[in-house]
Amino acid sequence: MSLDVASIRKDFPVLHRLINDKPLVYLDSANTSQKPQVVIDALANFMANGYAPINRSAYQLAAEATDLFEGTRTALAKFINAPKAHEVIFTKNATEALNLVILSWGRANMKAGDTVLLTHMEHHANIVPWHMLVAERGIQLRWIPLTSDGQLDLSNLDSLLQGVKVFSFTAMSNVLGTINPVQQLCAAAHKAGALAIVDACQSVPHQLTDVQAWDADFVTFSSHKMCGPSGVGVLWGREALLEALPPFLGGGNMIADVRLDGFTTAELPAKFEAGTPAIAEVIALGAAVRYLDNLGMANIRRHEIEMSTYVLNSLTERFGDDITIHGPTNPELRGATFSFAFRGIHPHDLSQVLDQSNVCVRAGHHCAKPLMRILGANATARASFYLYNTQQEADMLADALDSASDIF
Amino acid sequence: MAGLEDLYREIILDHYRTPRNRGELDAPAVSAEGHNPLCGDEIRIFVDVQDGVVTDVRFNGSGCSISQSSASMMTSAIKGKPVDQVKAIVKKFKSMMTVDEDESPVDESLNLGDLEALQGVVKFPVRIKCATLGWNTLLDALTTAGQ
Ligand SMILES: Cc1ncc(COP(=O)(O)O)c(C=O)c1O
Repeated sequence: MSLDVASIRKDFPVLHRLINDKPLVYLDSANTSQKPQVVIDALANFMANGYAPINRSAYQLAAEATDLFEGTRTALAKFINAPKAHEVIFTKNATEALNLVILSWGRANMKAGDTVLLTHMEHHANIVPWHMLVAERGIQLRWIPLTSDGQLDLSNLDSLLQGVKVFSFTAMSNVLGTINPVQQLCAAAHKAGALAIVDACQSVPHQLTDVQAWDADFVTFSSHKMCGPSGVGVLWGREALLEALPPFLGGGNMIADVRLDGFTTAELPAKFEAGTPAIAEVIALGAAVRYLDNLGMANIRRHEIEMSTYVLNSLTERFGDDITIHGPTNPELRGATFSFAFRGIHPHDLSQVLDQSNVCVRAGHHCAKPLMRILGANATARASFYLYNTQQEADMLADALDSASDIF
Repeated sequence: MAGLEDLYREIILDHYRTPRNRGELDAPAVSAEGHNPLCGDEIRIFVDVQDGVVTDVRFNGSGCSISQSSASMMTSAIKGKPVDQVKAIVKKFKSMMTVDEDESPVDESLNLGDLEALQGVVKFPVRIKCATLGWNTLLDALTTAGQ
């Protein structure tokens, strides 16, 4: 079934906003996505009529809040095909989820000389915590390079994986759009005896996720990129691994007992959910999950393949050599996130000019400076399309790009 | 809404297309490096200070039209001037950019010349950091030079 984008657009109030009497062309969903009315309603309803603490109180209002909160956990477990709901841990964002697993697992299991395999297309959130372990533990980092069209160069994967303790990689690049073969990479990691951590921040919002089919060990992502509110991230992990993993943050909710001389941890998932969580936001994330699920992730993926096909064809037809679009040219191998260089105009200047037409793109290093250096750029402009974007908007991007040439 | 013509004035684009004092200086000149962590812009400023005078200044690096033209205009404005006066110009410029932090008075009589064209940047708050990148880096370079 193909997506009814016109009807989807009606669900997103902000897409009807006029700025300086012109429509908004929101092409920054890889950064953060817009929110449908059902999510806004879930947030507002809970704040207005249901707000209460979770887990700690017997009264009905609190019990209802707890049910709603846990309802999101159950919905998410189903959404990513997790075997058990208590394997789904709520964090502040994907960054915190990555820090949790990297630092907790690394501190418990890694010593000087142990090696981690990463890729050249990682987000800083999957680089910097490892650098912290390099400083703290003396571990070593190894990197998978890229091919010229922005895919992982897997020709030496098996030798790169030799002796590696952890292989941590993104499921989809936030700069290049490249979709990585997660299942194959997890299998290779396991064959080499390594743990597989998947940064699925860019992938979960855009295609079906099946953590069991992937055979991953840990998977992380953020609510705000999948139509949910900001302030919530998700860590999924295999039950046995989470059981063995030391807690990350200490405090309320994560303990079974606290004495003057120590503490014992609570069961999953509370063990990793110290302190008061983003209650309303988690509940509203549940509405986002149901919204995406109703539309069908396979349909969303198909729409984005169509968008990618259109964007790649129309921009290259119109601008030829004046535009360089990074990443794979085959729409089947990529998401609809496009970093590009245009007529030598600096990305900041470009995004400033596009803003005159309300075309919202990101300019910068996209929290992937190592990758930027490999691309030979300090920055790129990035246009990213989601379920609510249309071919007409791709044309408006192209028109706005043309107008930039008048200035520079 | 502020129009692009406020931002991309002809003199700014001229300095962007044809930067002045682009390059490097050898020792005894010193240099400092500046980054805009938000956008990845990088700049290096070289200064040669002799007897309290900035006898030569160069810059290199890469960045947007605002950061590059601002650095280019800055080098033209300070070259050959005594350090005291250079610091007064920096202060006046940062004050124009609304980011002058210390309390001491700004020398209102100073004429910033071409630099006045950057006034429009203030209407685009996220670009203020672009305009001031070279200037903050210059201050670092002067500190390195013992000034
Ligand atoms: C691939 C990838 N990983 C991790 C993150 C971090 O997500 P958050 O900022 O929500 O913690 C992002 C967000 O930009 C991302 O694109």
